[in-house]
Amino acid sequence: MSGPNTDYDPVEVTPLKADQVEAMREAALAAIADAADLDALKQVRIDHAGDRSPLALANREIGALPPQARKEAGQRVGQARGAVNQALAARQTVLEAEHEERMLAEETVDVSLPTTRRRRGGRHPLTLQSELIADLFVAMGYEVAEGPVVEAEWLNFDALNLGPDHPARTMQDTFWTEPAEDHVVLRTQTSPVQARTMLTRTPPIYVVCPGRVFRTDEYDATHSPMFHQVEGLVVDEGITMAHLKGTLDHFASQLFGDGITTRFRPSYFPFTEPSAEVDVRCFVCRGVDSASCRTCRGEGWIEWGGCGVVNPRVLVACGVDPEVYSGFAFGMGIDRSFMFRHDLEDLRPLFEGDVRFSSAFGTEI
Amino acid sequence: MKAPLSWILDLVDVPDGTTTEEITDRLTLTGLKLEAIVSPGRDITGPLVIGRVLTKEPEPQKNGKTINWCTVDVGDANGTGEPQGIVCGAHNFEPGDLVVTVLPGGVLPGGFEIGARKTYGHLSAGMICSARELGLGDDHDGIIVLPPDAGEPGQDVRPVLGLDEETIEFEVNPDRAYALSLRGIAREVLVSVEGASGFRDPALRDTPAANDEGHPVVVEDAEGCPVFVARRVDGFDPAAPTPDFMVRRITAAGMRPISLAVDVTNYVMLETGRPIHGYDADKLQGAIVVRRAREREKLTTLDGTARILDPGDLVVTDDSGIIGLGGVMGGETTEISDSTTSILVEAAHWDAVSMFRTGRRHRITSEAGKRNERGVDPTICEAAADRVVELLVEHGGGTAHPGVTVVGSPPEMPVVAVAGDLAARVSGMPITEEQSVECLRAVGCEVTGSGTLSVTPPPWRPDLTDAQDFSEEVVRLVGYDKVPSVLPTPPSGRGLTRPQQLRRWVGRTLAGEGYVEVVSFPFVGEADLDALGLAADDPRRDLLRLSNPLSAEAGFMTSTLLPGLLRAAGKNVGHGTTDVAIFETGTVTLPRHAGPAPILPVDRRPTEAELEALDAALPAQPLHLALVGTGDAVSGGWWGEARPFSWADAVEAVRAVAAALGLEVSASAVELAPWHPGRCAELSVDGEVVGHAGEVHPKVCQAFGLPKRTVAAEVDLDLLIARAVHLRTAPTFSSFPVAKEDVALVVDASVPAADVEAALREGAGELLESIRLFDVYTGDQVGEGKKSLAYALRFRAPDRTLKEGEAAAARDAAVALAAQRTGAVQRA
Repeated sequence: MSGPNTDYDPVEVTPLKADQVEAMREAALAAIADAADLDALKQVRIDHAGDRSPLALANREIGALPPQARKEAGQRVGQARGAVNQALAARQTVLEAEHEERMLAEETVDVSLPTTRRRRGGRHPLTLQSELIADLFVAMGYEVAEGPVVEAEWLNFDALNLGPDHPARTMQDTFWTEPAEDHVVLRTQTSPVQARTMLTRTPPIYVVCPGRVFRTDEYDATHSPMFHQVEGLVVDEGITMAHLKGTLDHFASQLFGDGITTRFRPSYFPFTEPSAEVDVRCFVCRGVDSASCRTCRGEGWIEWGGCGVVNPRVLVACGVDPEVYSGFAFGMGIDRSFMFRHDLEDLRPLFEGDVRFSSAFGTEI
Repeated sequence: MKAPLSWILDLVDVPDGTTTEEITDRLTLTGLKLEAIVSPGRDITGPLVIGRVLTKEPEPQKNGKTINWCTVDVGDANGTGEPQGIVCGAHNFEPGDLVVTVLPGGVLPGGFEIGARKTYGHLSAGMICSARELGLGDDHDGIIVLPPDAGEPGQDVRPVLGLDEETIEFEVNPDRAYALSLRGIAREVLVSVEGASGFRDPALRDTPAANDEGHPVVVEDAEGCPVFVARRVDGFDPAAPTPDFMVRRITAAGMRPISLAVDVTNYVMLETGRPIHGYDADKLQGAIVVRRAREREKLTTLDGTARILDPGDLVVTDDSGIIGLGGVMGGETTEISDSTTSILVEAAHWDAVSMFRTGRRHRITSEAGKRNERGVDPTICEAAADRVVELLVEHGGGTAHPGVTVVGSPPEMPVVAVAGDLAARVSGMPITEEQSVECLRAVGCEVTGSGTLSVTPPPWRPDLTDAQDFSEEVVRLVGYDKVPSVLPTPPSGRGLTRPQQLRRWVGRTLAGEGYVEVVSFPFVGEADLDALGLAADDPRRDLLRLSNPLSAEAGFMTSTLLPGLLRAAGKNVGHGTTDVAIFETGTVTLPRHAGPAPILPVDRRPTEAELEALDAALPAQPLHLALVGTGDAVSGGWWGEARPFSWADAVEAVRAVAAALGLEVSASAVELAPWHPGRCAELSVDGEVVGHAGEVHPKVCQAFGLPKRTVAAEVDLDLLIARAVHLRTAPTFSSFPVAKEDVALVVDASVPAADVEAALREGAGELLESIRLFDVYTGDQVGEGKKSLAYALRFRAPDRTLKEGEAAAARDAAVALAAQRTGAVQRA
């Protein structure tokens, strides 16, 4: 380093000569342009813009110039350093972009690899169907009522106008528990829940009761000792069969599709009078050219369940005044509804616990 | 009930051109549901005609058989009028006979298509048919030879053979017993089918007046047997055949023709609905007495079964003892046989409830019992007996004995008050009182009055007892199809209850954890509990027994979901699904042995005390959740190795469920079947045990066909849901810096980590934000019988930055308490 130029003699400072500064700048820019990667550029930065780079060293010599010369030399060196820094930054950006591109390219994976690390669970389709049905009625303002599966004989039969000598008792093959004198059965229908509801609430009553029921049917493709039913009960002032029809039409259209309606046929149930079998319009053929329809087997209608106007005798046994209130009730098989809604011919997969079956339905249906 | 159409139309007229489908559609809509329309010839299509055999030339064949080369006159049925050449293998006919001929183009039952084909050196153009080939029975001894007056060659043979006769099968509901007869069905046609008329009641006939010359009958139980009619036919030819029409109709109705005498009683039962019993009159000894059986009396019924009778059974007796189970089944000693020439005809009305009880008690289902227990018209006994006598005389060559015994009289039908507007109120249709009266009269009721109608049901409708019953009659005749569709307006609902919502969340949570829901039957056997390894005094061995299980191996309601779930897991493994995670929610049955459930009256609401008694008698039925995992919990693959299920997965799944309910579960070691004695966690919430989880005992795994290390859990979901946090408090977070401290503590291997953690928590005080066990080490560095537990502790204050040393001091306090409580020593 030169000492202060105190005597105002113009001192020849070689590094500050215009051609010299220009040469340093050219050399720096050339090196920057040549830097092939970020590491090379880092070295270029040290060599040409670092503390010990020619331009930095030249900058220090400015003090050695007479005051009148300093300004010009300072400008010259400053411009050169500015140009080099600019070039460095530009090159840095370019190289970083190139580097990132290369890195990302190197990190390419085969996205077609299977991503099956976690097994998917699922809920049972009958649970889902029960919930779906419950939700349809909850949306109408109903509540979901429940009761025990092992039930008192009186609630399963007598309270529902099925006295001990009622021929219809033999229609439902009942599982009895021991000792027989205990008068306890596996409920053959979800109707005892209706009785319990009437016994514990005051009208207006709008409930739906999904649940498991039992009959002594041998297990085969179309029979099961345990199956699922959903029953509905409405007790209010002025309730008629027309309300029953309206409700079931709505239920059918919600479950099977817009425009699907129901048909009533006279039938017999001890707990309702009048009673009806309810058929639902086949949602596949819709009653048009039914002959070849697999779903309804050419009928145009599918047997869906039973229903009727609550027998006043049932109201009396359950503490509801039949002079003030009337009601309707209906019941359908959830399993059966599921079978024809989802084209299942043999019910046994519902109860076999094969994960391949339930998994197919995920968590909503 | 199967009813031949021709028989129906014998009793009622329908407008010309009414199709069978139109009739059945209407009957279905008014309550007699069509099951099927069948006809013997329904599988036969194409030309099936009368043929007259013109020539028959036997031609012996090389195979030893002789065939007949025939020419058959089939009129113009073949289009040419020329005789038809047909090869026939049968020999039971001669030229000139009329035979049943199917021509080329015809199709016989079984899809057997007839063509002209070369056989035995001839072009055989058609076939001469046997009864079996037409689906008319098993007779294949030869071809059918028709009577000489059957018709002209070329005529369609179907009407001659009754092949076109249609039989309608109906589903008959228990309240419509009258439809178990042609009489009842014809009456339904009359009221249901538009334009039907001219009902000819087969039970409406002039009958001879009762006299003292008949067989003596004493009825000791007039309530059980209100009417007993006896008639007698003598000189009956036991060899007389049953006429064809009767055989055809009885067969079509689903009964088996037996002999003329028996067939006639069945025919009249089908026609009128009134079961008839015939006795061999020569085998009767003295007067008939009807009474209730005495304790332990015996009878061998017609079906050959020796029965011990009950004092509730109604019996028919004579001097020899009991000769029949009244209304249900006759006895062997007076049975009509192939040598019977004198027949005593019994037409009696029996108490329906008694019939039902006897039938059920002795497990007898018979056509007679089916009708008697549902209720038969009590007023037609005389007519039915008379009809039987008429047919026996007509077809069996006997003579009617002049004696007519009639004991008792039909019970009066009740008069029921029915509001004139009831049908309208029940149906929601604008049915007028006039319409109601008209409908009620159409079904046979007598109706008087207005406003409140006084209605007497017809004697064949014992089911009509309540006002509401009559409204159904009106509505079904007006038409169920005319009921309008109106939505009621419920009050605003409150939606699903909290427990109902939470149950759904439990299922969703487990599905999210990778478990698949299954549904199993709740039946279990003692062998299943043995397979679980339950101790003799395990409370889960206290089971509710079923009186009539489907299988003796599963005769109880289960107390645990695990047998069904382990079985399901085993089945999946058996099917090749080796990695299985399944769960089930369902109630279990835990007997309370609280005594009988009362049978309460039904004419009033039970009292609260009575309802409590009902519920108290039922077993406890808590909702359980169980899960099983076997094989790999995390599958292996390109990403890394598989991780097999471990006891911790079962605990973790329960924790996930608890977390969904806002609950924390604590685990402590316990020995309990079916789990591994050293790998079973008793799970508690706030100190209450809610269930168990862990690795399944290897013996149990083996018993259920599962690999070792299968894991399982079972918890009482009702308990969890009852404790579920309803309103969770919103958390607040400190934004001051965290201070982390790690400690490693050496304790005896038997010290539960949960105890160490609890001590650390308590000792660390309020500044402790969280604690996490990040390593468990056993080995040389800590010595035999010891383990090292490494915890990461995080400290933070809600309102300030912690001062230097504050966190360390809290950590030291934590370690000190852990040392005091568990003997823990901090590792250097």
